Amino acid sequence: MINENAKTILSVRNLHANVEGTEILKGVNFEVKAGEVHAIMGLNGSGKSTFSKVLAGHPDYEITKGEVVFKGENLLDLEPHERANSGVFLAFQYPLEIPGVSNRDFLRVAYNAHRKANGEEEVDVFDFDDLVEERSEIVKMDVSFLDRSVNEGFSGGEKKRNEILQMALLEPTLAILDETDSGLDIDALKIVSNGVNQLSTPDNASVLITHYQRLLNYIIPDYVHVMAQGRIVKTGGKELAQKLEDQGYDWIVAEEAVA
Amino acid sequence: MAKTVSSANSSSSSVKRETYLKHLLTQAAAAADESGLPLRAMRDRAVALVGDRTFPTGRDEAWRFTDLSDLLNHPLQRAEKPTAQAMLQSDLSTALSSVENSHQLASVNGYYVESLSQHLTTPDVTIAPLSKLLKTSENVQKLESILDARLARVKGAEEVFTALNTAGFTDVMVVWVKADSRVDEPVCITRQTEGSAMAKPVQGTIAHLRTLVIAEPHANVTLVETFLGEGEATRCNTSVTEMWLAEGANVNHIRIQAESAETFHIAKTAVDQAANSRYQCTAIDLGAKLSRHHLEVYQSGPQTDTHMYGLSALRDRQLADTHSLLTLTHPHSTATQLQKNIVDDKAHAVFNGRVFVAQSAQLTNAAQLNRNLMLSSKARIDTKPELDIVADDVKCAHGATVSQLQADEVFYLQSRGISAEQAQRLLLYGFAMEIVEKISIDSLRQVLSEQLTAWAR
Repeated sequence: MINENAKTILSVRNLHANVEGTEILKGVNFEVKAGEVHAIMGLNGSGKSTFSKVLAGHPDYEITKGEVVFKGENLLDLEPHERANSGVFLAFQYPLEIPGVSNRDFLRVAYNAHRKANGEEEVDVFDFDDLVEERSEIVKMDVSFLDRSVNEGFSGGEKKRNEILQMALLEPTLAILDETDSGLDIDALKIVSNGVNQLSTPDNASVLITHYQRLLNYIIPDYVHVMAQGRIVKTGGKELAQKLEDQGYDWIVAEEAVA
Repeated sequence: MAKTVSSANSSSSSVKRETYLKHLLTQAAAAADESGLPLRAMRDRAVALVGDRTFPTGRDEAWRFTDLSDLLNHPLQRAEKPTAQAMLQSDLSTALSSVENSHQLASVNGYYVESLSQHLTTPDVTIAPLSKLLKTSENVQKLESILDARLARVKGAEEVFTALNTAGFTDVMVVWVKADSRVDEPVCITRQTEGSAMAKPVQGTIAHLRTLVIAEPHANVTLVETFLGEGEATRCNTSVTEMWLAEGANVNHIRIQAESAETFHIAKTAVDQAANSRYQCTAIDLGAKLSRHHLEVYQSGPQTDTHMYGLSALRDRQLADTHSLLTLTHPHSTATQLQKNIVDDKAHAVFNGRVFVAQSAQLTNAAQLNRNLMLSSKARIDTKPELDIVADDVKCAHGATVSQLQADEVFYLQSRGISAEQAQRLLLYGFAMEIVEKISIDSLRQVLSEQLTAWAR
């Protein structure tokens, strides 16, 4: 939902980032206001996933230039967990498995870390159980998954639902969903999309990183951006996604070459 | 010239080792006398065995990674009969004594302590120290003939520390479960050692701890062995636990080693498994300066089921060495083994997992895995799977991994608002819990998970 008067949540200016000495991001400019849904599309290797990891603070990436302001704060000064606690959430493309740690314990530790960081009292095991079971409904996740090790032995779809459950608990201001649609069958895609839509409010925003228009049938973006060679090269409305689906990316690359 | 010197050195150190072993044997004989147990023939055999053996050095393949030479600096005196009979007040001992309806057998310095023990007498199971059994048994002759057949009779009894233990144990904790009976309450054998008024702390004391478990056909029992210690005194505890699982018997064995910081703990668990029996060992090593656990399973019938789980969590300069041996000589058996080690600081974990599958052991299905987590660049891991498979129709898998905490896993947790330090603790805890979760007693699992949380700091 576009509201011109809404507060700016995220402002990225001329962001450059390297991994192992190779420049991947080459001047990204990007702005997100409260209430908006953005989609970033692009070919493999265009820098989409790197962008999401840089925002979350992955240690493998080195920022060489530019700035990122999140809710008025310099995001790049914060440790990854501080970014999370101030409201950035990254749903992983490949969620990690943590053997031996139950999903329930993991979610509680994360939830309480947020509360503590925001000056709120931690919740006890019992109150948390009620909360997490209620939130599990959002992604139609069976509560038996709570007592299994984090993501261990989960199918691709279950892992993605678990990511959205984490989002439902942590209630981020900015949710970045990195190819959350990849590997999902149509039912799982609907469940995940529904979950994201339910969590959307006028005060938060989402950034969907995806290859395909498919996801955008269920989560309608306000803006669609195309990333190529480490920059955002085109921005449009939701119709841009359809055009990319129909015509591919060649015309954009050609436009770029002319420009 | 240099050569002569080195050979002189090596021969003098070999003399030193020989003298030392003789000294240990003298101490063992004195302890055996003190015990008053009428086991003359067995003791004599053991003394002769030790006499034929040498004190292990790094040149012995079995001791290549575990250096015992530090022991030679301590002219150990036999541990004396305890004076103060108070149980150590550790979290573990509290957890153990609060295990509901449990049978408790306690020993201090290898001597049975009645006041710390508690037996729920049942007709199905005998739980008592041998010293007491000999006095109370209605048929001493029968008891003696059973001892002769079962004590120091599991294969491997000729190994030097096992023989030394046989020569010098001061009592035997006996757990004897009758056929077709199920002991619902866990049997907890708690071993603690306390310093001696006679021996100087640096001189140190040695105790030989012995346990005999007989599970008759289709008997079912859970056994918890715990080794506890505190203080700075040097100690050496040898421990030998022999288990006889008759046809269809099921023994769930939990073994927790939390010895004091200056303890050398040299232990053997030797298991004989008859047809259709099931044995599970969950061994947790947290304490001691140097610990060694020989876990040996010998099969005496087909279709046995064996599970060996182990966890060592080590720091400072601790060393823990797990030497397992699984000998399969009959068909249709299953075995799983998972040994996990966490090493921090300059700690050192050793795993040697030998599996022998004879020609006669067709259709065996065995899997062994050793996983190691290194938290410090100065820590050390030695891992050696040894599979010797003669049979041709078997499934035997094995693997070993050594890793550090994965940066991606830490980042994943950080991205959920968990600090890097807390993330590392959580991952460590997860790594360890895979083993702790095998423990079937809730209160014990709980206290161990708390201890491991504290360990991970």
